[in-house]
Amino acid sequence: MDVDLLSRVQFALTASFHFIYPPLSIGLGLMLVVIGIVYVRTKDPKWRRMSFFWVKVYGLIFAVGVATGVVQEFEFGTNWAEYSRFVGNVFGSLLAAEGVFAFFLEGGFLGLMLFGGNRLGPRMWLLATFMVVFGAHFSALWIVMANSWMQTPAGYTISETPLPVRAVMTDFWATVFTPSFIPRLLHVLVASWTAGAALLLSVGAWFLLKKRHVDIAKSTIAVALPFFVIFSITNVVLFGSEQAREVVANQPIKLASMEGLWQTQTCAPMYLAGWVNEEAQTTSGIAIPCMLSLLAYFDPNAAVAGLDSFGAAPLPPINLVFQVYHAMIGMGSLFIPIGLLAALLFLWKRRLYETRWMLWVLVGTVFLTVAAITAGWWTAEIGRQPWIVYNVLETAKGGSPVVSSLDVVLSLIMFIGLYAILLVLFLYLLNAKIQQGPEPLEAVETTAVSALPDTFRDIFSRRGRAG
Amino acid sequence: MNLSDIWFLLFIVIIAGYLILDGFDMGVGILHLPLARSDEERRVFLNSIGPVWDGNEVWLILGGGVLFAAFPLVYASLFSGFYLAMMLVLLVMILRTVAIEFRSKRSSSRWRTGWDAVFGLSSLGLALLLGVAFGNVLKGVPLGADGNIRMSLIDMLGPIPLLVGVTTVAMFAMHGSIFLSMKTEGALQARIASWMPRLMAVFFALNTVLIVALAAFHPSITDRYTQHPWLAVFPAAALAAILTAWYLLRRGRAFWAFVASSAMIALLLASGAVGIFPNLIISTVAGADNLTIYNAASADNTLTVMLIIALIGMPFVLLYTAGVYYFFRGKTVVEPHGY
Repeated sequence: MDVDLLSRVQFALTASFHFIYPPLSIGLGLMLVVIGIVYVRTKDPKWRRMSFFWVKVYGLIFAVGVATGVVQEFEFGTNWAEYSRFVGNVFGSLLAAEGVFAFFLEGGFLGLMLFGGNRLGPRMWLLATFMVVFGAHFSALWIVMANSWMQTPAGYTISETPLPVRAVMTDFWATVFTPSFIPRLLHVLVASWTAGAALLLSVGAWFLLKKRHVDIAKSTIAVALPFFVIFSITNVVLFGSEQAREVVANQPIKLASMEGLWQTQTCAPMYLAGWVNEEAQTTSGIAIPCMLSLLAYFDPNAAVAGLDSFGAAPLPPINLVFQVYHAMIGMGSLFIPIGLLAALLFLWKRRLYETRWMLWVLVGTVFLTVAAITAGWWTAEIGRQPWIVYNVLETAKGGSPVVSSLDVVLSLIMFIGLYAILLVLFLYLLNAKIQQGPEPLEAVETTAVSALPDTFRDIFSRRGRAG
Repeated sequence: MNLSDIWFLLFIVIIAGYLILDGFDMGVGILHLPLARSDEERRVFLNSIGPVWDGNEVWLILGGGVLFAAFPLVYASLFSGFYLAMMLVLLVMILRTVAIEFRSKRSSSRWRTGWDAVFGLSSLGLALLLGVAFGNVLKGVPLGADGNIRMSLIDMLGPIPLLVGVTTVAMFAMHGSIFLSMKTEGALQARIASWMPRLMAVFFALNTVLIVALAAFHPSITDRYTQHPWLAVFPAAALAAILTAWYLLRRGRAFWAFVASSAMIALLLASGAVGIFPNLIISTVAGADNLTIYNAASADNTLTVMLIIALIGMPFVLLYTAGVYYFFRGKTVVEPHGY
């Protein structure tokens, strides 16, 4: 196999595996902040128990996210050296900014968040949690910004001398606010929040099914359900479709590939499911007539550009883009009826807590949210092919000239083995934590809440050792 | 001083921050197997670095990001040229992270002993690999006119790089032992204290051999020093710093000894950095191919933007990092829900 393909496979594997964890940390982080606020306001100890429990889960997710995240920063240089030389001026500075503004926040406050329960009063612990979660959101901001520059590059000029050829930043704000940045950021964040809310629903439903920690389980579901409903609806109706319109405007080939639209047409259909025959240049499946035109231009009769309108422009693997896109849309749309049904059962005299089949659905939903996020990321990345920087640099020209196929085979074997072990350990430990459930406060608290420092003054004026 | 010089200085400061901070927690890992005997003692070791190690590692991530942004040609050449070594770095970094985080999650002694071994060996391996990589940068690499380094993993394992690797391990072990002596009490602290002079002596001996070997076999570095004799203040100050650390330890002032040890690490790095300046990667093929802080730098616009970002962000980073260290100061106490 050639080194280009191997490097693509390795990057896809490592990025996809990594990308399981950050959305969960972002989403669960938001839920932890909500739980912390509820505790500070109500002083009901059950919320404190939930904080202790979910912070542990957060630590586990965060650990795997950090461990696999370093790989991404290295891989631009190791496997995509020509790309790195080309984009260092622009892309590199956005990554460096992520380090300064986001990773230090997360890394700095993580210790306080994980160990804060017994060292900080509720408000200060909430503040530490907020800082970590804020850092996680900031990290998403910079990384989506950097990736958006690869999708819709702006604010740069190509410099040819001295060699190597490279993109040089001319306008920082234009590289930051590329046309795709804000729509993509909102879509990614809301998807992550959906996954976080789904994680709470899943574990809460599991406890109810097993009749464990029933009181905590009900509160977990009650706090997460409204968020899940709002996030899942808005992400399809508002943020997802806004992102689709961004793709229509900026990457029309990607849009046509996502829908397998070969001919430019008015009243363009949107498929629910289907298959693209790239040889025969046809797409077959179940479609809603005119829906794509409506989605793209708010007009069922609007013309949507098909793949025939781009002349000899290189195309991505169309069926693959079509399938991953429809996997995302299918799963994403499913969250709306799941959320609404669960909400109706909840409002109808709390029947949700006894409706076992619905609880089982909720247990499984979190896996679908992670799968949907992965499918969405694949749509964005595969849909951009054959470009690594859209319409500027081809992926095939971005590799490392001195890295051999054997090198990448060896590293790929290493990553496959390592990540398989990591995934098994992660699921094993996550399951063990969930089976153990939230512990009673007496088991986790070493100091009475009232004795913990809850203002900056308390923290920095204590005498002697701080713990 | 132009923007390239400023970014070279900042890059060295960031790497020094990384070596000082992650250096002590790597040192704790290196000493984890030989020095911490019971489960209780191992938990003390892990909890001493528990709240801060992740933040420490961010300095390396930042260093990588800054290299990518400020000197992209060096980032690309170094990371692709050292491909398999970099993959090994990633392997040990991942293993180290999960060992620290997973060990406490189960109480079975087999589980814990297994992760103890992973933590110890991965810390040792990371220190060794970073040292070997830095050793290759010091002595120069086969960098061609196309800006690419062509060398295999075996080529990287020359005597000088290996010596730098072993010296780095000894340096972090020493640095970590001083950190641990601040964090421990009683019999454990006494055991660490009995090891400290030996670790210092081993490091001092290795480092002396290294300096002699560099002077003898890689005159390009010595040339810089003979042309600019005043540069000798850096190694001289490093020597003064380690002697100060020795003296302070004998007086029982562990915190100030740790400060002196940190200063020594920064000064040693600075000694190496001024030795290769203005080169970042020295070509053993042809001197004209060297990647310098000038020909490998990003355009001024990027460097300016980055400088603004650093000036806005880094004061906050330093402020809250110091706050977190202050908060977790004092002896480490093992809690039921710690590491």
